[in-house]
Amino acid sequence: MAPRETTMDNATTVGHVAHGHAHDEPHEELGFWRKYIFSLDHKVIGIQYAITGLLFLLFGFCLMMLMRYQLAYPGSPIPLIGGLFSPDKAPGGIMLPEFYNQLGAMHGTIMVFLGVVPLAVGGFGNFVMPLQIGAPDMAFPKLNMLSYWVYFMGGMTMLSSFFVPAGAANSGWTSYPPLSDIATMGQTIWLFGMVFLITSSLLGSVNFIVTIVQLRAKGLSFMRMPFFVWAQLVTAFLLLLAFPPLEAAGVLQLMDRLAGTSFFLPSGLVISGRPLEVAGGGNPLLWQHLFWFLAHPEVYVLVLPAMGIVSEVIANNTRKPLWGYRALVYSVIFLGFMSFVVWAHHMFMTGMGTAMSAFFQTTTMIISIPSVVILTALLLSLWGASIRFTTPMLFALAFLPMFGIGGLTGLPLGLAPPDIHLHDTYYVIAHFHYVVAPGTIFALFAGIYYWFPKATGRKMNDLLGQIHFWGSFICINSVFLPMFIQGLGGMNRRLYDGGMIYTHNAGLLKWNVMIAFAAWGLGLFQIPFIINFFASIKWGTVVDRNPWEATTLEWSAPSPPGHGNFLTEPIVYRGPYEYSVPGAAADFTPQFEPEKA
Amino acid sequence: MHSDPAAIKKSIRTYLMIGAALFVGTVITVLANQVHLAVPLAITVALIIAAIKGSMVAGVFMHLSHEKRWIYGSLLLTVAFFIVLITIPLLSTLDHIGTPIAVPAAAHAPAGH
Amino acid sequence: MNIPYTVEERPDTGLANGKLGIWLFLASEVMLFGALFSTYIILRIGAVEWPHGELSVRLGMINTFVLIGSSVTMVMAWASLKLHDFAKHRLYLLATFVLSGIFLVNKYFEYADHLARGEGPSHSTFLAIYFTLTGLHGLHIIGGMVVMAYFLGPGARMWKKYPEQFTNRIEYTGLYWHFVDLVWIFLFPVLYLL
Repeated sequence: MAPRETTMDNATTVGHVAHGHAHDEPHEELGFWRKYIFSLDHKVIGIQYAITGLLFLLFGFCLMMLMRYQLAYPGSPIPLIGGLFSPDKAPGGIMLPEFYNQLGAMHGTIMVFLGVVPLAVGGFGNFVMPLQIGAPDMAFPKLNMLSYWVYFMGGMTMLSSFFVPAGAANSGWTSYPPLSDIATMGQTIWLFGMVFLITSSLLGSVNFIVTIVQLRAKGLSFMRMPFFVWAQLVTAFLLLLAFPPLEAAGVLQLMDRLAGTSFFLPSGLVISGRPLEVAGGGNPLLWQHLFWFLAHPEVYVLVLPAMGIVSEVIANNTRKPLWGYRALVYSVIFLGFMSFVVWAHHMFMTGMGTAMSAFFQTTTMIISIPSVVILTALLLSLWGASIRFTTPMLFALAFLPMFGIGGLTGLPLGLAPPDIHLHDTYYVIAHFHYVVAPGTIFALFAGIYYWFPKATGRKMNDLLGQIHFWGSFICINSVFLPMFIQGLGGMNRRLYDGGMIYTHNAGLLKWNVMIAFAAWGLGLFQIPFIINFFASIKWGTVVDRNPWEATTLEWSAPSPPGHGNFLTEPIVYRGPYEYSVPGAAADFTPQFEPEKA
Repeated sequence: MHSDPAAIKKSIRTYLMIGAALFVGTVITVLANQVHLAVPLAITVALIIAAIKGSMVAGVFMHLSHEKRWIYGSLLLTVAFFIVLITIPLLSTLDHIGTPIAVPAAAHAPAGH
Repeated sequence: MNIPYTVEERPDTGLANGKLGIWLFLASEVMLFGALFSTYIILRIGAVEWPHGELSVRLGMINTFVLIGSSVTMVMAWASLKLHDFAKHRLYLLATFVLSGIFLVNKYFEYADHLARGEGPSHSTFLAIYFTLTGLHGLHIIGGMVVMAYFLGPGARMWKKYPEQFTNRIEYTGLYWHFVDLVWIFLFPVLYLL
């Protein structure tokens, strides 16, 4: 994607002016490969992450649309494209259960690890954060480039698994043993893919933390940082400390699958009537502990950047400071910490005793407090505001009730007694999709509409944005709201035909038809977005550096910023949300504007 | 960081002394193992000795004894989560409902593996 | 482009970027090995019986001496640079590299001995966690050796032009190396003695 040519071409930026050591190359134009493919510039890398992440989101979405056809019309041939699938996946276009399981496992894996996090952290974090703190780039630009390409390799590895005999991983994104230990080849490839992705994440999180701590501009104390940066800082710590146990678990599962060990295989395991010929002595719950030790903080990785984006967009479009900045900061730090001690609420049904169960129920209830504080602060920020209903604001506003529903519906899951009924049902699917889909992904859309002008120098089209928003909002609620009903009725997840054999599902399966059409509708409503995104790069309204009249540092750089980001050294004079300051000339006083004499 | 040669020379002496202490500590570890203690006590003693050796490596070789707040803070956080990771799964394994069925593990995997 | 605080320390944090970066990386490594130690504990608690005396305490002890020695030579390699004695630095760095090699050779003998008797990772849970823990640790040793080889080889060129930055890089390598030693200080009693 060629950034729009600006008069910036020959301007020197701060980074150029101060020639430091270890920088011998002349400032000539870089070739195509060094400029766009193997760039060390955080903005290019951020865009690479964002585009790749969006493509994976689209792919994961397509996997889901296939699944939804099977659930709506079990056993009927997939229309139009059914013939494209090989006979070991969908003979005659009719989806095999094995293929359904592959789609399920890979949909989850791709959406979480290849889609949302790379976009939210790799994309938005990389592009926006250094600009918001007034840095010329990330602390370790080469490491940054490396982390993108390792992510890319991980993604390619995951995709390749569809093409091996017996197809992709099919033991859920959670890969529980013993099933995953004995599953087909695709699971091994999944494990190698995860090793790549975890490595990429670790390199990235080190970079993020060092950048935020070390490269803040003059005058940017921690309590003057935009909340988006705080969210990314806490997220980086979550990734840094929570991923390694999953890396270890992945190694252990690879050992089980390739070296014949029994880390997760208990003694006396019998499969298809035959005892498994292994040493035994392993523990399947060990995998669950190590997996969820990561996977629970991971869900906060999914949501924290989104909260950061929503905060920026709300402050900007209410023309008021955010309500309770300190409460937001302390809450997000406390939330990050607590996220490490709640994981076994995913394991209430594993035979856990009452003591540990009580421990995890308690911590889980406690962790809902900072979430509620954050959501309440954002809601209160709307009070008495002059709201500008721009496209990013529509998505940011929708995030609030959607995340609210997602969060509240998590409460019965976090308490063991109701969880007995709800575990592994569509209620769980509805809960977590509400937080991630109309929650996080809406926030990510808000971010795209909001920061697109900074990245390209042009605005996206508002009408297409409104169509995108309203269509998506209605469809996405139509997809997930009925799933609460299905789950409360006892409908199990991960069943390739929805569970036709169970009489208790009789009245619930019909919802699958409506859900399928809503899902396909949701897909159709992304078309205006995709058109808008690419068309605006070429034909969008040209804007200058601060089209939203915002207060944070990134809006002092040119749109798009050049190499080194800022034309003069950024200095911060005040907090991040000085909107409608009494006595000020405009209804916003940017952080970077010097005090009037 | 101290760049004064005299200070560095003093540090070098400390490094060599700590190195010698670590050698001695290793010998003590092995000798302590020869004494047949009950398993819980043996584990405690071994871990205490290892912790002493470890803190010498961390404090002196890694200069952790005079490091900056961000480093201390990050490491403290890490140690807290490390403790959680070691203890909680263990406690969860020990606290369960029902009585498990004991199937003795094969002494080693059947031939052919 | 100049990234601030690559070499000089930022006044309010007192840190150079690389120092904070390497410590954060080591923090993640603590969690990685922590997960494996947690695995060891869970498997041993759940085991009906746990083997003793299957590993050579002698070789383990020798390797412990070797690795501690390499930690001493590593910190001396850094201290020599602070005293601007580049020749001494190279000697100590080479010694560290050689000692690491000796560690790996000993490990090879250990592994070969077990494998020859058909005692691979699949043989028992104890051997599984032994091979995994020491194998991952060994991979970290190899990684460290690669970095040391780089600083003995093409990386050494940086000393002439940017001595302070080079010294910092050796310090960070040292921090990583001491961590690898630290892991072994716990691995040795846990696997070989207890």
